[in-house]
Amino acid sequence: MSATAQTPKAAPRGSTASRATRLLGDRRLPVLVTAALFIAMYVGGLSRYQNYGFGEPQVFLNLFIDNGYLLVAAIGATFVIMSGGIDLSVGSMIGFTTMFTAWLVERQGLPLLLVVPLALAVGAFGGFLMGYVIHNFEIQPFIVTLAGLFLFRGLCLVISKESISINDASVGTLAQTRVSLGVGDLSIGAVVALVVLAVAFYVLHYTRFGRRVYAIGGNEQSALLMGLPLGGTKIAVYTVSGFCSALAGLLFMLYIQSGDPLHAVGMELDAIAAVVIGGTLLTGGSGYVLGTLFGVLVLGLIKSVITFEGTLSSWWTKIATGVLLCAFILIQRTMTARRKT
Amino acid sequence: MTTTSRWRALTHHHLFWPVAVLIALLLVNVPFTPDFFSINMTDGHLYGSLVSIVLFGSPLILVAVGMTLVIATGGIDLSVGAVVAITGALTCSYISDQADQNTLSAVFLAMGIGLVAAVVCGLWNGFLVARMGIQPIIATLIIMVAGRGVAQLITDGQIITVNSEPYKLIGGGYWLTLPFSVFVVAAVVAVTVALTRRTALGLLVESVGGNAEASRLVGIRSTRIKIMVYMFCALCAGIAGLMISSNTSAADGNNAGLWIELDAILAVVIGGTSLLGGRFSIGGTVVGALVIQTLTTTIYTIGVPTQTNLVFKAAVVIVVCLLQSPKFRAKVFGAKGPKGPRRDAAPVEPAPAADAAPKMEVSR
Repeated sequence: MSATAQTPKAAPRGSTASRATRLLGDRRLPVLVTAALFIAMYVGGLSRYQNYGFGEPQVFLNLFIDNGYLLVAAIGATFVIMSGGIDLSVGSMIGFTTMFTAWLVERQGLPLLLVVPLALAVGAFGGFLMGYVIHNFEIQPFIVTLAGLFLFRGLCLVISKESISINDASVGTLAQTRVSLGVGDLSIGAVVALVVLAVAFYVLHYTRFGRRVYAIGGNEQSALLMGLPLGGTKIAVYTVSGFCSALAGLLFMLYIQSGDPLHAVGMELDAIAAVVIGGTLLTGGSGYVLGTLFGVLVLGLIKSVITFEGTLSSWWTKIATGVLLCAFILIQRTMTARRKT
Repeated sequence: MTTTSRWRALTHHHLFWPVAVLIALLLVNVPFTPDFFSINMTDGHLYGSLVSIVLFGSPLILVAVGMTLVIATGGIDLSVGAVVAITGALTCSYISDQADQNTLSAVFLAMGIGLVAAVVCGLWNGFLVARMGIQPIIATLIIMVAGRGVAQLITDGQIITVNSEPYKLIGGGYWLTLPFSVFVVAAVVAVTVALTRRTALGLLVESVGGNAEASRLVGIRSTRIKIMVYMFCALCAGIAGLMISSNTSAADGNNAGLWIELDAILAVVIGGTSLLGGRFSIGGTVVGALVIQTLTTTIYTIGVPTQTNLVFKAAVVIVVCLLQSPKFRAKVFGAKGPKGPRRDAAPVEPAPAADAAPKMEVSR
């Protein structure tokens, strides 16, 4: 985890006080705080809903099953945010992918084996185009990806205004397949999400490309002066995000087994929230992929706690999500506020 | 010589491309609706496509003007849509509880309650951003998520309808032959421009956006400025909320002001304000909001199937932003654009002379 040159070296050694300073100066602190808060919330849930089966290992594994697509989307967003950019097209791209694949499989009768690479290629190409425009014409990422948001949501509606349910046998089989872990099981989607997590972890923290992403997010001018391929890296980052969004769309399609023009509206904000809760700065250059995992788990846990509470109406769900999100951000903020003395 | 330099100065004006796009969009309508620019007088009210563009664009202009100042401080406010919903819900539920919904004092009280709630939301956003140091996009995300829940809680999950003549005036009424909302927008814009350009306030906002820490060190209370700006933005959203709910005579916690934050941010950017903060243009924002509203109207009038209007919107957004990008103009228009990739990269150019000439033209 500390493979990048992120750990500050200037912390004084020796006494207990300076050890505390060193801990507070650790860049991993936000991730650790998020992890600790996640565990605290889980334990809180255990004590409150023990009799309702909250303690079952499967409830924990369901966090991955129910949020696998969000994890993949958030990992893509992590790359972009780490490089100092932002990608608002995530939710639309997910919706478009569900629509596109449902249309190809159901209406055009193409085999899933052909549709999956096609959808991934379309997503990656969309990301590439946005990255190309952002880099070559120096337009702010927020606006270019906002245009992407409109474009892909519009394309969803161009394909069809109504949802397309997927009855294809191979999709059904894939969706039903479970990987047993002894104490419980994971869906294919959850497994794919974990694989993506491992790959992203390796790429961001152990490869040249990962270090370039950090460097550009830290200071674009310096990165340019160092001779790093600024344009290539930036475009690659958006391509990765587009690919991840399309993959998340496929997982969402598996999870929900339909294409709908209104699928995943606003999910880009969930992804960004997950990344930020995981301790990555929106200004770029600092953060960890594992933080994103905890961010997604926290958002998922908020949802499942609300489900266990049961009696809440839809508007109370929104309010509770907002309040918990707020509490979370505030606690994280106060615990990491004294990092720089 | 003079013509070229005047032309150059014109194309380099920050409002040139937004206004050009607005005019182009308006002209697109003419082949489809030949009487697009005609304005009729019926029952003492002006009617016509131009009037309705301004009427339906009013809430967006208001929200975008507030958003401009937030963006000028380097922030962003995602919660405006939820604030629109909360204000509308509070005001309409208060009015609908009255025995006589036409009582002027009750309507004013209801509007006051709604606007105070909006300002409190802004205070909360500003507190999180300026005092707690939370990134604006996340700080305002909280109200964006929770706010619609609050609005639904106020309306009990239903659409509250009101039947109040005085309240109807704000968003759907006419005054001196023009839609009343035009006067509200004009007043808000005038006050904002006066406050930011006639006093030092605008400069302070830009300095906070340029570098908050540096401005704090030279003695600007950057925390207070930021909080004020978020409160102002929420107030504008609140007035827009009154307008929207008044126009439909109903408060819909779920759908009122849905996605208006994205449109507002878009309007600000089309108007030439950088999302990085540090400078802003209220005039640009107003033009930007009109561009978006004209686009929406155009899509309806030229009979594009409604499902493709988002694709059209995306195309226009990209075209406007490409036209504004100096680098794109340099690449595509070649010699006509600025020589270097950035204007400030080539200070040796005889730009001062070119700039000086039109200023004299203006003063004549």
